[in-house]
Amino acid sequence: MSTVFSVSYIFADSAAFLLLSALGLIIILGMMGITNMAHGEFMMLGAYTTAIATHAGLPFGLSVLSSMLTMGAFGIIIEMLVIRRFYGNLLQSLVVTWGLSLVISQGMLIILGPSIPSLPMPMGGFSVGGKVYAAYRVFLPVISILVVAAMGLLLFKTRFGMKARATMQNPEIAQVMGVNTKAMYMFTFGLGSALTGLAGALYAPTTVLGPLYGANFLAPAFVTVVVSGGTNIIVGALMAAGILGLVDGIFNYWFGAVIGRLALLTATMFVIRFFPSGLSRWLANRRSV
Amino acid sequence: MMNNRFVRLFTGPQSLGTSGLFWCCFLAATVLMFCLPWIVSEYELGNITYFLSNIFLALGLSMMWGCGGILSFGQMAFFGLGGYSYGIIALNLMSHVENTFAAAAGSVLISVLGAAILGYFLFYGRVSGVYVTIITLVATLIFETFMAQTAGPKWAIGKALLGGYNGMVGIPGLQWSFGDGVPYVLQDAALFFFTLALLLIVYMFLRWLVNSPYGNALVATGSSPLRTEMLGYDIRWIQLIAFSLAGGLAGVSGVLYVAWGRYITPSTMGLTTAALPVIWVAIGGRKSLLAAMISAISLQYFSQYLSASGSQYALVIQGGLLMLAIMFVPEGLIPPVGRFIGKAWRRAGGSVPMAREERM
Repeated sequence: MSTVFSVSYIFADSAAFLLLSALGLIIILGMMGITNMAHGEFMMLGAYTTAIATHAGLPFGLSVLSSMLTMGAFGIIIEMLVIRRFYGNLLQSLVVTWGLSLVISQGMLIILGPSIPSLPMPMGGFSVGGKVYAAYRVFLPVISILVVAAMGLLLFKTRFGMKARATMQNPEIAQVMGVNTKAMYMFTFGLGSALTGLAGALYAPTTVLGPLYGANFLAPAFVTVVVSGGTNIIVGALMAAGILGLVDGIFNYWFGAVIGRLALLTATMFVIRFFPSGLSRWLANRRSV
Repeated sequence: MMNNRFVRLFTGPQSLGTSGLFWCCFLAATVLMFCLPWIVSEYELGNITYFLSNIFLALGLSMMWGCGGILSFGQMAFFGLGGYSYGIIALNLMSHVENTFAAAAGSVLISVLGAAILGYFLFYGRVSGVYVTIITLVATLIFETFMAQTAGPKWAIGKALLGGYNGMVGIPGLQWSFGDGVPYVLQDAALFFFTLALLLIVYMFLRWLVNSPYGNALVATGSSPLRTEMLGYDIRWIQLIAFSLAGGLAGVSGVLYVAWGRYITPSTMGLTTAALPVIWVAIGGRKSLLAAMISAISLQYFSQYLSASGSQYALVIQGGLLMLAIMFVPEGLIPPVGRFIGKAWRRAGGSVPMAREERM
């Protein structure tokens, strides 16, 4: 019983980690086609905002919300200054955001130093079969599902979502139909950044906060988005996080964290080798057959 | 001189610098470089050797990205693979033979093989464009993570301790003996000459390669994979060759780095260092081997100057430069300068062998 719980705890934790770190990138890369290499730095900024707000006396929940809003605004500014020039150009967007990530992380290093005071883990712990688990680690998978559901509702059930999807699919036609595509691009990028900031904020209490905080999330986030593919981003992301989380969780439990990561990469390589346009495309093709 | 068949081998649509003026300057620069040990201090020479040894990374990337359209962040992984392999082979062979050139050659071969294996998965899996970049980046980070946890005596290959985060130390330099038991070690000026000569050979080889039929096919693959395939080329094979060759060149840089510094750490493959070759090539101009070379050496100089003067801003400035270059001069800074000189030269009455077709 306790082994089953322990394994599923690790699986849920790892799947939630993949899903949450990929959240904003799913929109920015999967939907908008901007290879955001500064994704990790956006998460770092989200975590920093939360930590600073919490230390200033705000409750943790409100700090998380505030960092979401801050990062949304930050994303809109970055979109206007930089990203705007690079739609439809995956490689150049990659290089420019790589430059951005260097500027942000090294700039933060200069401004705030190699680390800032970390946050205590909220919610305490509980024990199953003699082992103690952190309640917050169980809360994260739950919230990741809720956020993905909210994202799905926003994109597929609201007018904003419809306009945004129309713009990303075919900007010319959307514009002809009266959609302000420029604004749609801006707000969608803002939404992606806000979700990235949210994920960064949620993981802020789990580790040390430094300028390279985001580096841990970059590879898992990209792996998840690549495996998911761009066809149906919600289903794709859930599937990718589920499968990769399972691989990572199993290897992590029996062989340790590094082997878990290696297994994750190997699994990704195999998925890409055999389903080059991602799992969601494969699923869509199967359905249409 | 321009119609000389030998020179023609190295000129073509893929190269900047085709005029008589260029070759004269190139010759002068080469002679000047070979005279450097008598001009600069020993410390400076050591730095320059280090900068030169990194250029192979940039040349490989320029060939693969500028011509073939494959942007790889994996160059530093193959750099590390070459460096670590050299360390492992050299440390184990040292007690038997006093020649480490075999270790160097073996390590470059291992880098080529590593790149070929990764490249097989990528190109034969029909992974293209930005996904190649992401996978190579992930592979680099995983390799770094793996090497960083290899601390302790259980992580040893023969006599070589991998050393975890502190890296591998005490690696012998490039050396050979004439059979009298006294090894001759390549260091200081000798290492500089060796690196410079190798660089010259590699540069000329790549210039020949990108202007050869293979180079044309590679450029075609980069600009329109589908059309190239329809014309009967196996683009997977073409891309795999470019990727493996670039990986091998990164391995050369890795070996030279270890031969120069006698150690290697996993941080050579971290996020920020993995970006450096891309920064050099993108700012200089990825379509031109010459631009990549000039930009690699000047940016390394610049960054060393900044950090030597106590500034923490080196990486911020390089990142900012990269952003500005991609936003406003996407083809890089050096090709426009080269074209300007070419025009001025033509106006002054000099000949330029063929009109360079501008591709962007």
